[in-house]
Amino acid sequence: MKIAFTSSGKTWDSIIDPRFGRTEYIALYNEENEELNFVDNTSVKNDAHGAGTATAQKIFELKPDVLITGNGPGETATTALKHVKMKIYFKANDMTLKQAYEEYKNGNLPEIK
Amino acid sequence: MIDHRPLKIAVASGKGGTGKTMVSTNLAALRSQSGSTLLVDLDVEEPNDFLFIPGELVHVSDQFKMIPDWDQNRCTLCGICSKVCKYHAVIQLGTYIAVFKELCHGCYACSELCPVEALPMHPYKMGTISKKISQNLTFLESRLEIGEEQAVPLIHQTHNLVDKNYADFKVQIFDCPPGTSCPVVAAVKDTDFVILVTEPTPFGLNDLKLAVETMRKLGKPVGVVINRHGIGNDDVEVYCRQQQIPVLAKIPFSRQIAELYSNGSLAYQEVGSLESSLQQIFSYIQNTVKP
Amino acid sequence: MNEIVILSGKGGTGKTSITATLAMLAGSDAVIADCDVDAANMHLLLKPDFGKGHDFYSGELAVINQDQCTRCGICEEKCRFHAISSPGGQFQVNPIDCEGCGYCEKVCPAHAITMQERFSGNLYISQTKAGSFMVHARLDIGAENSGKLVARVKNEAKSLAVAEKKQWIIVDGSPGIGCPVISSLSGATYVILVTEPTMSGLHDLKRIYAVIKKFRIKAGCIINKYDLNANKTNEIKRFLDEAEILHLADIPYDILFTQAMVEGKTIIEIQSPYKPVFQQIWSKLSEQLNHKKQ
Repeated sequence: MKIAFTSSGKTWDSIIDPRFGRTEYIALYNEENEELNFVDNTSVKNDAHGAGTATAQKIFELKPDVLITGNGPGETATTALKHVKMKIYFKANDMTLKQAYEEYKNGNLPEIK
Repeated sequence: MIDHRPLKIAVASGKGGTGKTMVSTNLAALRSQSGSTLLVDLDVEEPNDFLFIPGELVHVSDQFKMIPDWDQNRCTLCGICSKVCKYHAVIQLGTYIAVFKELCHGCYACSELCPVEALPMHPYKMGTISKKISQNLTFLESRLEIGEEQAVPLIHQTHNLVDKNYADFKVQIFDCPPGTSCPVVAAVKDTDFVILVTEPTPFGLNDLKLAVETMRKLGKPVGVVINRHGIGNDDVEVYCRQQQIPVLAKIPFSRQIAELYSNGSLAYQEVGSLESSLQQIFSYIQNTVKP
Repeated sequence: MNEIVILSGKGGTGKTSITATLAMLAGSDAVIADCDVDAANMHLLLKPDFGKGHDFYSGELAVINQDQCTRCGICEEKCRFHAISSPGGQFQVNPIDCEGCGYCEKVCPAHAITMQERFSGNLYISQTKAGSFMVHARLDIGAENSGKLVARVKNEAKSLAVAEKKQWIIVDGSPGIGCPVISSLSGATYVILVTEPTMSGLHDLKRIYAVIKKFRIKAGCIINKYDLNANKTNEIKRFLDEAEILHLADIPYDILFTQAMVEGKTIIEIQSPYKPVFQQIWSKLSEQLNHKKQ
């Protein structure tokens, strides 16, 4: 399984970025080889329009099975991500990536349906 | 020669809540006593005028903008559409092209630059224009759908509809959105005179200055109505004097007007001083605007 | 960190005065963001020093290079916004109408059109009289796209709050329900709605609530001028119950609020009976947000 996070920094101890479209980084954790990678989202963050859909496209290209985020994507981006059958868990506000991953594993994060 | 162009009056304010709706609705209702009058609510994000005009809103028409619709069978997934869209309204998710109506500005670039015509333009509902008739007063309300982010196309479309179907109304009053950005610019376009409603407070003055600058840049003649006169201080009057901006009326602060407003009543019917203020505003504009 | 956004839908409900008062209560442990960029007023009460200023560019504008232009007219024909005209055969872009879509640039056979960044206003990072930081902006006259500027104001506020380890971000939100409001909402942890007991107040409260619901953010409501119309106040309270919005406080219609504004002060800085009311709002708020974390 590959798990994406919206992240405010570039380590396991970084706090989840509560924003979806204008998140600082996108973190991608691959459970098979336990690798954690980060994608810079600055270009999208500074876009005048449609940051949500642009980020959705970017995340899609990373092909994660699950997305963990804070406030949750707006309605438009949620619709986009639903088309590609990605599971989205949210309300991981104020957690580190590590905590958010554990909470997700323990089934404590709500899913956006 | 008799001029047949209608007199188009915009009611605007830099700041919300200064009494723009109160002035628009009362001015239009009062003026309709002496001839047919059109009132158009262009505050499309928060249209409120209808609360003050008697009668039920009659549904008139859905308003559409053109947006692209993906034709999966024609698409070759070349990716041009998502690259040309500056608004990220068209994105490519693998073999799927997603179109986000709310983000689309309707520029047609993706549709017309698509080599295989896989993104034909289709109408999409962005709002409604409803109508009410109360004796000599005809009222149009332009209302944006919730979640729709762009007010400007609907405002333009409403102006076009008025020009097309309501040109025989000699007096047209437009209640504009607050602020100084694009929706106001669209709303005052082609109007002959802009009434700026303000209140005599530091907030009122600050926003009035911005509104005056905007209207000057657009070359619109303006006049100021000071609402809730008596609260605050006289800095607004001093400013108008310095800038040689006519003060059309000072509507005294009155709890009675505030209470009537809170219940959706037209206050001029009860408050005589308001009626004469409105008369004053209207005659000034009629005498100043030479078509 | 808690990010609180104050919204009202309708203008003139006292949103900015209330936001400034909360900002005073938060003291130096906060970053204040004025996202009401169309009619920014909070500086009149919080007296920021207009410390650091930046030009702000947003969106793009088509520019025609007259030397390269072959006067073919394709750009004028393609532009859906009627932003290109050709008086006397010279093609020109009207910046007020140009939406920056870039279609003309793509179709110009002579490559005479370029898209350039558009100046939209100024952004300031200041210190307020309460010792907090404040990010505020001034939109250029008739400039488009204040949604982007709002996002920028918020991003600056957020980075400052992180860098300076501040507990609170207090955001004076934009009016309406359009693009700027949506920008000011994104990333919020709590929304305070300020309304008044008028037909317009309630109508707009419902409309703005429909937007908030989509963002799944918790909300509380302050009824300002509650004594103006008892029936409407009750109607608002019923709506708050139904919508599960916490009723934070009732504030009466009092000329003291205007007097404070004329002095360039918030209501808790002048002689008035309202300090406890606002302290209570503040503690309810802190309670709500701490509760939410567990």
